[in-house]
Amino acid sequence: MGEEDFTLKIREEQQLWREQQEQQQERPEPFTTVSGEPVNDLYTPADIAGLDYLKDLGFPGCYPYTRGVQSNMYRGRLWTMRQFSGFGDAFDSNRRYRYLLEQGQTGLSVAFDMPTIMGYDSDHPRALGEVGRCGVAIDSLADMEILFDRIPLDQITTSMTINGPAAILWCIYLANAEKQGVPLEKVGGTIQNDILKEYIAQKSWIFPPEPSMRLITDIFAFAARRVPRWNTVSISGYHIREAGSTAVQELAFTLADGFAYVEAGIKAGLDVDTFAPRLSFFFNAHLDFFEEICKYRAARRIWARRMKERYGARDPRSWMLRFHTQTAGCSLTAQEPENNIVRTTLEALAAVMGGTQSLHTNSMDEVLALPTEKAVKIALRTQQIIAYESGVANTIDPLAGSYFVEALTGRMEAAAEDYFRRIEELGGVLAAIDCGFFQQEIADAAYSYQQAVDRGERVVVGMNRFAGGELPQIELLRIDPAVERKQVERLQALREKRDAIAVAGSLERLKKAAAGPENLVPYILEAVKLYATEGEIVAALKEVFGEYREKPLF
Amino acid sequence: MERKIRVLVAKPGLDGHDRGAKVVARALRDAGMEVIYTGLHQTPEQVAEAALQEDVHVVGLSILSGAHMTLVPRIRALLDERQLRDVLLLVGGIIPADEAAELKSKGYAAGVFTPGEPLDAIINFIRAQASPAEV
Repeated sequence: MGEEDFTLKIREEQQLWREQQEQQQERPEPFTTVSGEPVNDLYTPADIAGLDYLKDLGFPGCYPYTRGVQSNMYRGRLWTMRQFSGFGDAFDSNRRYRYLLEQGQTGLSVAFDMPTIMGYDSDHPRALGEVGRCGVAIDSLADMEILFDRIPLDQITTSMTINGPAAILWCIYLANAEKQGVPLEKVGGTIQNDILKEYIAQKSWIFPPEPSMRLITDIFAFAARRVPRWNTVSISGYHIREAGSTAVQELAFTLADGFAYVEAGIKAGLDVDTFAPRLSFFFNAHLDFFEEICKYRAARRIWARRMKERYGARDPRSWMLRFHTQTAGCSLTAQEPENNIVRTTLEALAAVMGGTQSLHTNSMDEVLALPTEKAVKIALRTQQIIAYESGVANTIDPLAGSYFVEALTGRMEAAAEDYFRRIEELGGVLAAIDCGFFQQEIADAAYSYQQAVDRGERVVVGMNRFAGGELPQIELLRIDPAVERKQVERLQALREKRDAIAVAGSLERLKKAAAGPENLVPYILEAVKLYATEGEIVAALKEVFGEYREKPLF
Repeated sequence: MERKIRVLVAKPGLDGHDRGAKVVARALRDAGMEVIYTGLHQTPEQVAEAALQEDVHVVGLSILSGAHMTLVPRIRALLDERQLRDVLLLVGGIIPADEAAELKSKGYAAGVFTPGEPLDAIINFIRAQASPAEV
């Protein structure tokens, strides 16, 4: 029997089977993914009739990487357990990092406070009340020295969630590594540096798109020459999803951003294979187990094909989509927060089954505050139990070949391709941002989701179903209000102590370079080594670049 | 004809998490209110000034950066300075229960809404508390 006959035969038999089952009643809830995609009652070989194993799936570590980017995946090395963390001042966060490393965490991930993220020093009027609140306050190299005190930067890789001022925080990190005696070639880590998703979803921007993209391509060029182990952009779907997108939107918008960075690099005159191997990705792990796994598998396949076929990359490392995952903060509930441990476990499991390279598991209390030490330990233990006790890391891509998983992977790929066409019709990612396309798509999806929750169609256990009505009674982390005052005092003491003339000179040279075509990274590096503050460098660049403003819509 | 309830939805402070603000803005509009959304990264002065200019009955703040204990009292004071004592000030975001209680007991916020709150609860609260006829 040929493949077509086989498929026809299955469809006929399935029809007969269905006619016999028609009397049975189904539960009233809609059978859709958490993104609202319909899910059939049953999948068979007929649903994956066109799938070509060698072409569409292949082998792990081989094009198109659907089954994973390493040939031995977790049998070689487990994913990096990397808890996103930072609060208060550099002393507080250094203590937390050393605690996490003692507990078996294998990489660091820095959360900065809002003033640092937005490019304001801790003593700026706009920083009032925000210093050290939702991350660590870093104003200058002096703070970074404290943050990584007794943490050897040649032995640990660090991820930094920083975007608008990414080049500055990266330079501060590099300057600190040099002070520790670590040569730049040996320094490894990631800066998020994904400004496009800031305009789309996370909304922590500073400069307008054009100079922001120039800073990014400057980083590509500098890293390729001097810091080869650094991941220069972590192209992020996480925030797009948290802002309310569906899984397909997260997949499509993130990859579209990735293509835009590749095109910008090529346009800046760089060979694609000099920078594309250091692009990495960052996805959300939401609650819909299979949809998430299929999202990661589809992402790898789409990226590999585009990089090879459209952008002409020849280095296999340019084809590989490597990614970090964080479980979905937006899936957690303030009611009965202990249930969040279970949600996070399911999400983490999906990330592992989808082949993630590193993982952050949210703590149960993050819907209420930054996590306590106890809560973050449970979150780390969740990963360790999946890794060492559940057995899921024994074999590679264990769900491949499932009729459902392969059918959904293919469907998500096709839906993403539809979005790519729409974005192209709008004139590309920047034009689509400018006309509010992504922002409106996400706002619509977020509103539909909330309405489904409010109507009870989307069940949230302990919140809109099986609700006990009791308010949570768990210990929360408090940020001492004295943190802000002490940070401001240290910053002002630094300004007194440093060579003010040298700092002013470095800022002038930076401004002049920003107005021309030169790579800005060496200028920023020079300024941070003289203890110029982040806010001073951002202010200097704002004079040349201006600031971004968004049209508010809802 | 009864005047519609006018609401200013505002994002003070530096955080850019606008999902909640936008969902609430839309729900209030669908419930028949007139909604003005400030957009992101507003200073307390900008929020108070917008409330005055737009002649609103309600100001709804969304704060997810942890700066609520600084920003909410400041905005309440700036509203009062502008003779907007009757304007209902509501807050939504990541706010621990004891701090929510403090914001209410000290009169800074009339209502505090945290994750998991149904949209109807916010709509009903506003309808019960802010009657444009009284303004």
